[in-house]
Amino acid sequence: MLKTSATDVIPEKKVEAKQKSKFKLTANDKYYASIFAGPSLFLLGLFVFYPMFRTLYISLFLTNTFGNTTLFVGLENYVKLISSPDFVSSMWVTLVYVVGVTFFTIAMGLLLANLASQKLPGIAIFRTLYSVTMGVSVSVAAIFWLFIFNPSAGFFTLLTKMLNLPTINWLANPTNAMWAIIITTVWMHLGFVFLVFLGAIESVPTTLYEAADVEGVSKHYQFFHITLPMISPTLFFISTITIIGSFKSFGLIDLITKGGPTNATNMLVYRIYNDAFFGGNYAKSSAEAIILTVIIAFFTYLQFKFLEKKVNY
Amino acid sequence: MANIDERNVLKNIFNYFLLILLAVVILVPFFIGIWTSFLPTADILKGNYFSTNISLTNYIDAFTNTPILRYLGNTIVVATITMFAHLLFCSMSAYAFVFLDFKYKKFFFALFMITMMLPSEAAIIPNFQTVKALGLLDHYSAMIVPSLTSAFGTFMLRQSFMQTPKELKEAADIEGLNHFQIFWKVVLPYNRISLITLGAYSFLGAWNSYLWPILVTFSNNSRVIQNGLKQLQSEETFNNWGMIQASAAIIVIPTILVLFIGQHYFKSGLNEGAVK
Repeated sequence: MLKTSATDVIPEKKVEAKQKSKFKLTANDKYYASIFAGPSLFLLGLFVFYPMFRTLYISLFLTNTFGNTTLFVGLENYVKLISSPDFVSSMWVTLVYVVGVTFFTIAMGLLLANLASQKLPGIAIFRTLYSVTMGVSVSVAAIFWLFIFNPSAGFFTLLTKMLNLPTINWLANPTNAMWAIIITTVWMHLGFVFLVFLGAIESVPTTLYEAADVEGVSKHYQFFHITLPMISPTLFFISTITIIGSFKSFGLIDLITKGGPTNATNMLVYRIYNDAFFGGNYAKSSAEAIILTVIIAFFTYLQFKFLEKKVNY
Repeated sequence: MANIDERNVLKNIFNYFLLILLAVVILVPFFIGIWTSFLPTADILKGNYFSTNISLTNYIDAFTNTPILRYLGNTIVVATITMFAHLLFCSMSAYAFVFLDFKYKKFFFALFMITMMLPSEAAIIPNFQTVKALGLLDHYSAMIVPSLTSAFGTFMLRQSFMQTPKELKEAADIEGLNHFQIFWKVVLPYNRISLITLGAYSFLGAWNSYLWPILVTFSNNSRVIQNGLKQLQSEETFNNWGMIQASAAIIVIPTILVLFIGQHYFKSGLNEGAVK
């Protein structure tokens, strides 16, 4: 076959430009682009960009009970929030929750993945069992754990009675309620985090461990000086998605504590929801939503930056 | 030599002990939930976990006395439509970003990336007003329309589409296919693994969504399963723990089974090391 393609006559620079987009470009591209990208752009505009700007706008006004803006007040809603002990305590509670969930999810995930990465007979069974919570949705997790925390018939109460220990009222005490929410969240996320860590640990070259074995380096030392540095990109990825997910936590709080007792678990998103749909204070809720957006955008941006760096190297 | 063997045996016993202990800790909530779902509520409330009055009564009660089947049906409809909508709209916009050249392409792509940084939780007030104005409240469409597309899905498919080999492009060009044909006959079939992944991700996302559905549904006609369990729990059945546990089991058992079967296929590579 005779192959006298156009590229033979076009100067090198132009060829490069042409190869950048892999398929043939025609004058019709604009028309096709509006058909292909149009629907998604329109939908994202209507349900993501418009509401974000609208929320920002509302947060600078006072609102009536219908959510209509009445009086421009600038940053007053934000000033009020930051100076209200109620909101500050809510942010504090959210922070405690995020740090707790992130720390324990990663620690438990690493422990499980490290154990399950050993080459032992029957290890496949444990890998399956450890990933089981991936199939659990928020309401199921809440119901299983609500029963465990139940003060009269729950598993923990029964256990403490059997061991003759003082029974703990999990959901009536502020500190315990926070622990209850953290435990349930960690449990729910563990299956997924375990699988991701396991995949990362498995991909560490075994020659590194073999060399360390020859040198007589302890397994403990190997974990901290070979495994952890080698899986640090995964560690970073899991940290950021866990932080982002915990800042946005809503379902478990609504199902288990309803923000209580005495606001001890009243976190940011639960506040946004309550202030708008029960308190009727749309301006306050919008200001809180903007604060949430800034936090989430920051962590997502960190993640993008990191991924970009990884791709480049 | 014998010394080393002995030490290895001891170490393995310790490893298995730890493995089993952690498996028990992780599985206890399941065991208790599913076991109590077979017991009469009266026994559960007395803390009598070792009762021998095992029966399927709670399950029959859950199916006949509660709208749990309706909740499940609602969720499946919403999640399935959301999934297909994501597959269509995300692959279309991804196609535009990879294979088409248009003005402000970089700008539009940046818009998609920014979208991924914005939490939907922060947009609930205006979105509620929009859905209300469109007259969609308490319908399936209130849950479907705002999430017909996804910036993450577009991004993910774009990454995948960029790997489509040049040979396919040349073949399509020679055959003189237009963009619709290339999209449908070349790009989509070639990237089917990514499409399946996005489909699973989108279905699960819709299945698990909690906050938005609770805002826009008020009746059992449209209520989804995640909110339905809360409804059951707060209604007259409040202390009927046996039936509540049965409802939770009804929801969780199918997903766990799918997960186990799916894992067998997906993770076969991962599990190779275990054969030794």
